[in-house]
Amino acid sequence: MLRRAASTTFRRHLITSHSRRPIASSSRFIGTLVIAEHEGGSLTNSSLSSVEAASKFLCKDNSLSLLLAGTGPSLQEAAAKAASCHSSISQVLVADSDKFKYPLAEPWAKLVHLVQQQGDYSHIVTASSSFGKNILPRAAALLDVSPITDVIEISESRTFVRPIYAGNALCTIRYTGADPCMLTIRATSFPVGSTAPDSKTSAAPIHQVDLSTFGEDGKSRHIKQTSQDSERPDLGSARVVITGGRALKSAENFKMIEKLAEKLGAAVGATRAAVDAGYIPNELQVGQTGKIVAPELYMAFGVSGAIQHIAGMRDSKVIVAVNKDADAPIFQVADYGLVGDLFEIIPELLEKLPNKK
Amino acid sequence: MKIMVSIKRVVDYAVKIRVKSDKSGVETKNVKMSMNPFCEIGLEEALRIKESGIGSEVIAVSMGPVQCVDTLRTGLAMGADRAIHVDAPSTLNPLSVAKILKALVDLEKPGLLILGKQAIDDDCNQTGQMVAGLLNWPQGTFASKVVLDKEKNVATVDREVDGGLETLCLDLPAVITTDLRLNQPRYATLPNIMKAKSKPIKKMTPEELKVELRSDIDVIQVTEPPKRKAGVILSSVDELVDKLKNEAHVI
Repeated sequence: MLRRAASTTFRRHLITSHSRRPIASSSRFIGTLVIAEHEGGSLTNSSLSSVEAASKFLCKDNSLSLLLAGTGPSLQEAAAKAASCHSSISQVLVADSDKFKYPLAEPWAKLVHLVQQQGDYSHIVTASSSFGKNILPRAAALLDVSPITDVIEISESRTFVRPIYAGNALCTIRYTGADPCMLTIRATSFPVGSTAPDSKTSAAPIHQVDLSTFGEDGKSRHIKQTSQDSERPDLGSARVVITGGRALKSAENFKMIEKLAEKLGAAVGATRAAVDAGYIPNELQVGQTGKIVAPELYMAFGVSGAIQHIAGMRDSKVIVAVNKDADAPIFQVADYGLVGDLFEIIPELLEKLPNKK
Repeated sequence: MKIMVSIKRVVDYAVKIRVKSDKSGVETKNVKMSMNPFCEIGLEEALRIKESGIGSEVIAVSMGPVQCVDTLRTGLAMGADRAIHVDAPSTLNPLSVAKILKALVDLEKPGLLILGKQAIDDDCNQTGQMVAGLLNWPQGTFASKVVLDKEKNVATVDREVDGGLETLCLDLPAVITTDLRLNQPRYATLPNIMKAKSKPIKKMTPEELKVELRSDIDVIQVTEPPKRKAGVILSSVDELVDKLKNEAHVI
């Protein structure tokens, strides 16, 4: 009996009198669920951003539940860390099963559906990562609601701003449908506050999700994952990003960009042209269909500045463009432009820039 | 095996869009419209699967106002065998599109449904995942490589994910959404454009398909993004390093 109570969600706890952590307030209870990703025993940066975004819905009567799934000790470690990582998290739900070993859409969407049935949340939030974009719309279809992608601003609990047309227009929308209101948020628009040790005294409780009704395995299997091991900072959250375009001419020349990035402690990005030409792997593409970045400093070398590329970096604080074509559209968004040959300018920069702190 | 491809008519990717002065949306009158680039890639992939001998027929479908027929003709000129146009308002949300697609799948029973990963106008990136959920089919989103095995009745899909590439094996029937690097779409030749004029386009309505269109999202306003203030063109690397250090304080 006790185990069952522990495995149901927070909301049920309020209803049952056997709650282990009674809550004083009994007024209308609104819950937000954040679907989080974890890696190597910690929440990913974009998941922390979604917690940050979700905490914007919070007023005194609602709660924030974090859903983590996977299997093995790294899941438990991530759950334990998550429980005390943000003061607004009121509980951590853990789904531990081999079914969630890989981020397959079918079991994950089913899990979100199941957790929603148990917890009756008003909002479900996740980051606009390839993981979030893959599973959230599928879960929304199972719940028969319209999801909202890539939210950059939360005006009210059901009013959001999101970019359309590659960020060339901003659309303010109001969700008028049934609960839950499901959204993916753009991580760069909800930066995680200085993650100093939280003032929070106790960790949020961790509950296991009851998977007894989960059912059979799905129709897809994970075969393999090939990832680019990199010691450089993550492109999505780096403070400085150095990007190269087609003008680098070869994968060999692209190493100059990497050298410059090393010197500044920066992440490396690329345009579609550079990726298509094989200079650099596709997961480093910046733009409408690649990564969206908003670093403090964005330096573009040999990048013309097509609409689709600008969409991925226009919110950077300081933009530097180096291009030999003085009419390149990139100069219209650059704070500092330098017209010249990048094969001369990069070596000079390598010499004159100070080393990273 | 029949392959169904969903295609959308959108403002051409090279057009610099204008926001309407009354903030109700984006100007689409007298603007060049084209097939969404990701849908072109989806159609190309379907045609290649057919040409490899695994596919039997490629059906292009589109939903929206009557002008969608032009986009479907383009698809037929590329090589689709026939098309279905579902007459609907242009403001369909992905959930409605997914429901219409599900109804069309129930009607045509394809072995594979291919869509683009996102439309470049609403940038939603939802429809493929939603229709897969409604059909309870497996999904291979953001595909950069698709290999079909007819004997085992599975599709092996390479997906572009944040950390690199992921390979999945999906039981057919399945839903696949295309990423940019899946293939290079072909151009329609003049003879094929002429031929496409005699290929059939079936017209249907959401009512016939028993799909109830519902909108649960209201657009309050569409505005232009904040403009960046004009930058400066510098004359030397020294000046750049100096500005970054002493003006922008970023290094």
